[in-house]
Amino acid sequence: MSRQGAAGPRGAAGPQGAAGSRSAAHKEPVAVVGIGQTHHVAARHDVSIAGLVREAARRALDDAQLTWSDIDAVVIGKAPDFFEGVMMPELYLADALGAVGKPMMRVHTAGSVGGSTALVASNLVAARVHRTVLTLAFEKQSESNAMWGLSLPVPFQQPLLAGAGGFFAPHVRAYMRRAGAPDTVGSLVAYKDRRNALKNPYAHLHEKDITLEKVQASPMLWDPIRYSETCPSSDGACAMVLTDRAGAARSPQPPAWVHGGAMRSEPTLFAGKDFVSPQAGKDCAADVYRQAGITDPRREIDAVEMYVPFSWYEPMWLENLGFAAEGEGWKLTESGVTELDGDLPVNPSGGVLSTNPIGASGMIRFAEAALQVRGQAGEHQVDGARKALGHAYGGGSQFFSMWLVGSEPPTG
Amino acid sequence: MREVAIVAFAQTDHRRSTDDLSEVEMVMPVLHGVLAQTGLKASDIDFTCSGSSDYLAGRAFSFTMTLDGVGAWPPISESHVEMDGAWALYEAWVKLLTGEADTALVYSYGKSSPGVVRDVLTRQLDPYYVAPLWPDSVALAALQAQALIDAGDTGEPALAEIAARSRGAAADNPHAQLRGARPQGGYVVQPLRTGDCPPVGDGAAAVVLAAGDRARELCGRPAWIRGMDHRIEAHSLGVRDLTDSPSARLAAERAGAFERPVDTAELHAPFSSQEVVLRKALDLGDDVRVNPSGGALAANPVMAAGLIRLGEAAARIHRGESDRALAHATSGPCLQQNLVAVLEGEAQ
Repeated sequence: MSRQGAAGPRGAAGPQGAAGSRSAAHKEPVAVVGIGQTHHVAARHDVSIAGLVREAARRALDDAQLTWSDIDAVVIGKAPDFFEGVMMPELYLADALGAVGKPMMRVHTAGSVGGSTALVASNLVAARVHRTVLTLAFEKQSESNAMWGLSLPVPFQQPLLAGAGGFFAPHVRAYMRRAGAPDTVGSLVAYKDRRNALKNPYAHLHEKDITLEKVQASPMLWDPIRYSETCPSSDGACAMVLTDRAGAARSPQPPAWVHGGAMRSEPTLFAGKDFVSPQAGKDCAADVYRQAGITDPRREIDAVEMYVPFSWYEPMWLENLGFAAEGEGWKLTESGVTELDGDLPVNPSGGVLSTNPIGASGMIRFAEAALQVRGQAGEHQVDGARKALGHAYGGGSQFFSMWLVGSEPPTG
Repeated sequence: MREVAIVAFAQTDHRRSTDDLSEVEMVMPVLHGVLAQTGLKASDIDFTCSGSSDYLAGRAFSFTMTLDGVGAWPPISESHVEMDGAWALYEAWVKLLTGEADTALVYSYGKSSPGVVRDVLTRQLDPYYVAPLWPDSVALAALQAQALIDAGDTGEPALAEIAARSRGAAADNPHAQLRGARPQGGYVVQPLRTGDCPPVGDGAAAVVLAAGDRARELCGRPAWIRGMDHRIEAHSLGVRDLTDSPSARLAAERAGAFERPVDTAELHAPFSSQEVVLRKALDLGDDVRVNPSGGALAANPVMAAGLIRLGEAAARIHRGESDRALAHATSGPCLQQNLVAVLEGEAQ
């Protein structure tokens, strides 16, 4: 079937890119009907990599009340293979994920991979290539050492300066200067997210005695980023079952519907790059909002699961995603708007700051957004959440993937 | 289903070593090559997808550097698979089927020369029970070859014929690494001889996909993707019949390969013995022209060799040398995972 007259103006290569102008009248609506994740901890010595991913997949299938035979294809993602020391682990994981005899794909888009993986799976349903797809992302960081996995020396290329914190700290400092933000904002985010994590049984960090003073007194790691403002290294996996309209009709639990999804990439290093608010992030959000018919994200979106590996990225991404004007993001955070009981809760799950199995972290954001609009987020549920944004980024802030999910099917 | 075609294909000259080139420098000519064939600029492309492996590059996030070669500014809609580029093409095909994009750029690359690829590939085996034993890719392929000989499906002279035919065909392929008559040589791992094994080399490839009338604008005779599917089997060799490839057969069936005969097949069979398995699974008769490019026995840049099969099959349709072609890509030890696409040109 060829698409008729639906394309937008050709060659309108604005900053959103040509794809942003397309409509897709023939797409199948996509529903999230199953969500599962593991309990995330520093080291899951009790399971192999295969055992870990199977645990999340089983929970997603149980949630959807489906069996392995209901799954048409598997789309798996994780961050670099060096993090576990297994090259293309999907080959070895085919049996554990019930993929034998089925299509299985492996996505890798750096830290945004969990989100990208869900979007690739979603497209299989949207294109009507498959009806029900299992998508999963994982990281078992205890099998290796992610910091040094990221720091392999390559001749004539800039090293990542001993892990991600060294790369991102100067950009946080640039944001503080540019926005005139007081240096207390980062600790507020960490304090909030760690308290939210106490309500999430799957979160890695459960710091029952957390106080703002403890966050502020924690050691400085990469100025201005303190120890308590950084993400942990976690073992964990997250899985979702995505299906079409007919599959959603059979779902025993309320589905979450995908209203928009997009990926954007820009080069790593170039003179025009804005590391504080990358254009690719802005374009990605704009494309998702266009697909979902969102014109005022601050008012129309009820909850945000945002990829915040270092606390200052909350105010930075609030601006990048269009929730606040440039230089104003920190004011939202400081005024309590992003608290669980604020009017724009950010990371009710505790976020990446509380749980970071790197390759899975983006998918957890997407899945937690879906849990919110299904009304199934338990103690960290945002009352009446009907539209939620899942957000992921990766690399040197050059890869972005996002989706917007709603409690009602998309119209049109 | 929306009509999608391969409208352009480019590849590097595949070489044993490319010490003089970075990966970006290796990829850029093929990117420029496919764009030049279509007259498109990077900014005209709606979706970009690549395939590569960090383990070959020796560093995490290695694909981020080659992305810089695409010219991703203003930002682009882009994705990456840690797989052969054939699966990047599959992801792009699905994206075009959704209607969200009309054109896609797909590329992949691999440099085997900086390491020892036989050792590197052992790292993709079960990490707890198998990889610690370091069984290498040639040894595993030899197990499969011996199983075929034991089953009476082939013999060493027949394998030698496959090797000779492939490299003979590659004499006409300026990009191939091994071309023309070559000695079959001694055993590498019995029963496989040097001639039964692929050359180790570096290379890259790229294609452009386009949907509907856009494809007709960009290419005189587009290679329409009539169907494409891929399937995976169990990882453990002990639970598989190595003389058969049910995943290749199922992928071919789902891609529509058996609905009408094909005239050409580009098979990703790095070892001569694997062509025997695939010919049987894909039901290819003697009248089908198999690997006119020389196939993976003539050039096997890991992570690009599968995409090259799709590109070679499409290029034959572009040139009017084929009307209906099957293209195949594989991944994993002993043909664990297989992708099949059926490409057709419109009547001339």
